[in-house]
Amino acid sequence: MDMIINPTVVELSRMQFALTALYHFLFVPLTLGLSFILATMETVYVVTKRPIYKEMTQFWGKLFGINFALGVATGLTMEFEFGTNWSMYSHFVGDIFGTPLAIEGLMAFFMESTFVGVMFFGWDRLSPKAHLVVTYLVALGSNLSALWILIANGFMQDPRGGTFDPNTMRMQFTSFIGLIFNPDAQAKFVHTSIAGFVTGSMFVMAVSAYYLLNKKHRDLALRSFRIASIFGVISSVGVITLGDALGYIDAHAQPTKLAAMEAIWKTDTHPVSAAWNLIAIPDRQAQKNVFEIGIPYILTPLLTHTETTVIPGIIDLEQQAKPKIENGIKAMLALKAYNANHSDTSALATFKQYENDMGYGFLAKQFAPDQDLAKVNQANLPSVLDKTANATIPNVWVEFWAFRIMVAAGFAMLVLFAFAAYYSLKNQVERHPLLLKVALWSISLPWIACEFGWITAENGRQPWTVYGWLPTFVSASSHSVAYMVFSLIGFAILYSSFIIAELYLMFKYARLGPQEEHHGDAAPAAGGGLAGKPAFAKASLDRQ
Amino acid sequence: MDAYVFLKVLWWLLLGILLMGLAIMVGMDMGVGTLLRFVGKNDAERRTVLNIVGPHWDGNQVWFILGGGAIFAAFPSLYATSFSVFYIVMILLLFSMIMRPVAFEYRSKVPAEKWRDTWDWAFLISGAVPMIVYGAAFGNILEGVGFHFGWDGQYYQTESFLSYLLNPFAILCGLLSLSLAIYQGAAMLMIRGTDPIYSRAKKIGSVAALVSVVLFVIGGFWVSGMDGYVLHHADPAMPANISTPQDVTRVAGAWLHNYAAAPILWLIPVVAILAMLAGSLAMRANKSTLAWWLGAVAWIGVLSTAGVSMFPFLMPSSDNPAQSITVWNATGSAYNLVWMTIFSAIFVPTIIAYTTWCFRVMRGKVKSPSPSDTHAY
Repeated sequence: MDMIINPTVVELSRMQFALTALYHFLFVPLTLGLSFILATMETVYVVTKRPIYKEMTQFWGKLFGINFALGVATGLTMEFEFGTNWSMYSHFVGDIFGTPLAIEGLMAFFMESTFVGVMFFGWDRLSPKAHLVVTYLVALGSNLSALWILIANGFMQDPRGGTFDPNTMRMQFTSFIGLIFNPDAQAKFVHTSIAGFVTGSMFVMAVSAYYLLNKKHRDLALRSFRIASIFGVISSVGVITLGDALGYIDAHAQPTKLAAMEAIWKTDTHPVSAAWNLIAIPDRQAQKNVFEIGIPYILTPLLTHTETTVIPGIIDLEQQAKPKIENGIKAMLALKAYNANHSDTSALATFKQYENDMGYGFLAKQFAPDQDLAKVNQANLPSVLDKTANATIPNVWVEFWAFRIMVAAGFAMLVLFAFAAYYSLKNQVERHPLLLKVALWSISLPWIACEFGWITAENGRQPWTVYGWLPTFVSASSHSVAYMVFSLIGFAILYSSFIIAELYLMFKYARLGPQEEHHGDAAPAAGGGLAGKPAFAKASLDRQ
Repeated sequence: MDAYVFLKVLWWLLLGILLMGLAIMVGMDMGVGTLLRFVGKNDAERRTVLNIVGPHWDGNQVWFILGGGAIFAAFPSLYATSFSVFYIVMILLLFSMIMRPVAFEYRSKVPAEKWRDTWDWAFLISGAVPMIVYGAAFGNILEGVGFHFGWDGQYYQTESFLSYLLNPFAILCGLLSLSLAIYQGAAMLMIRGTDPIYSRAKKIGSVAALVSVVLFVIGGFWVSGMDGYVLHHADPAMPANISTPQDVTRVAGAWLHNYAAAPILWLIPVVAILAMLAGSLAMRANKSTLAWWLGAVAWIGVLSTAGVSMFPFLMPSSDNPAQSITVWNATGSAYNLVWMTIFSAIFVPTIIAYTTWCFRVMRGKVKSPSPSDTHAY
């Protein structure tokens, strides 16, 4: 058959995509959440006309801007990378997957990016109400953006809305409704955007706690702390609820992900009794956990919301994959024959018979002699089936622990927000410095949860880019290792300098706080810039 | 006409409009970025220059992102192949593009000279490199690109990046694109700037328009002599499948065949040339808004000239011409194109409406950022 792409190139492409996506996802959640918190603060300003709320909006808006710039910049990479590094993937599913990306641009990204300029620059040019509308449009635009991206991602997790067409040799779009109402996409959108609200809340709460601990900007900090902690309680509950729904959906759509997430090796029996593993050390070779501590009986009710549904374990899932792999090999061979000769109706009929399993044929290609499925025969079939079946399971260790880290961070934040909201509503936060310290030092928790959430979702999807249809190793572009090294080094240099610059500015402006801008002395550091000073001002002038 | 053929041609036109929107709007900002160090001699002037495009560059940039998304959806195989085959160039383009949002947002937030100077260089790179790449990509495509496909649709590449980055025709096209961007940026600086930025922009812009004319005309003669591609016995209604062989031959001067078949098309390059010449004059006559619109017309003319000469090719393969990417074999399915058309029909006018509103809100001359203005760059 054809050569397969150099496995090193596939691994490097995966590494590059994962690193750039995780990096992009450092900025997205804060944009999603903080935009609505800004809109809330500004709403209070417009309703009450109290200048402190305008000041709050502008101050948090400045930090929002620092974060937003990197979100936009690194988002460009994502839009490009499907084409630059996942050529076969883009060709194979572009007809379906490209559409939500294009609509995201049309409907959402244009809106947030066009209005964000006016949001920053338009304070003196718009009436308070008109400016408030602009801020809401920015918030709405960023969240709609997330919606369409997750609809696209939902297609990768649970391909709905299209099917493979042997005449175009790609998946074709057949149902818009199927695509956008994909349960995985819907649940994940709400889960992710609310995770953004949690991130925004934690950010505002932690920075406010810092001011309160240092007895600075008290009025602004107390009000921000309250808005953030209440936002935080509501959104933490939402995130956990939707996360539970996602697990339930995965149980049907991606049994391999679920089994890996919970490190379930053996299928449970009736009546259900399997334990939910609190911690475990999974051993892929031995097909079991070498160490585990679990809570008996609760696995099935927890995941399936029933007491009777049997959850298949990894060992069984591998066995179930084998007939699909055999069918998949037949489908691929028939497809190739049909492709060579479009009047070969018997090849087409064979393909049609097995087409739902064609992805497993793709997957078997890497284990076939000479990567040629035509060379699979009765003698080598069992070994091809074993290896391919083994490859249908994602990395269990990574999946199990990534999921647990995310969940632990999520629950920790819920508890923290609950205490914070309680004391904030009683006007007692300042009397509890320990709470403030914990709030400050927990600032990284939402990011930890978001990053590990991404890993849970996308590592669990492996070995597929489109679950059940297109394996990851087939999806990549056929580059040389040198190309990949070049781009990886470039990303490493650029992204490292950006994160240093961003953290520097975030710390600088968070420490500086809001008052320097408005009630500063003769030379206010407007925008941190040289404004108000001679145009040629040197850096030394600022160190007064 | 078959409905699918209609949709294919419609999306070819929309692709063209997108590329024009991108060139005009993003090109303008990139031109401003390129000019930053030359029209702004001190920090206050440079901040003014940045604030001229400050409220709008982010929105304009979405043309670029939408371009990526729309090609992905409407021409999946073109997106998959072109982005991969030009890998190193695309990565360079990306690296320079992602510097820009960060440069805008971060430059003026720290007063240190070194910090600001570094970001000013970032503006130069992130303005000039993408525009050169944008033009060079057109140049490469006109020359034919080295790729072919396996039976399953996987693409294979035969060219190294040096051969398409460093070839004279591609560089010529890249410079044309850069000089048009500089012109467009200069026009914007004249509209919203005051002296001395105004007069520096005027000087550079009016020369850039003339340089563009010269490059465009040289490029035209070059193309008339080079090998083009001809598609025989096309079936426009074919299912979009890039691995189905087509009957394509490579013929010297073939890129002028469409003009020979319909001589009225010669009006397009003529309009482009006239717009550039008139633009230079308009700038000299201080008619900056007129100059901006003439720049837009020039872009439309230049890109249409290239598009028309290649139709129906999108990216010919020098490697295996039978697998060239054309309007007929590389579009999305009819179902997809219908949905894309519906969404475009609703949202493109909406986008134009609110973009216009935002420009109106922020209109007027930009002065040096005042001490009380904490929201400027």
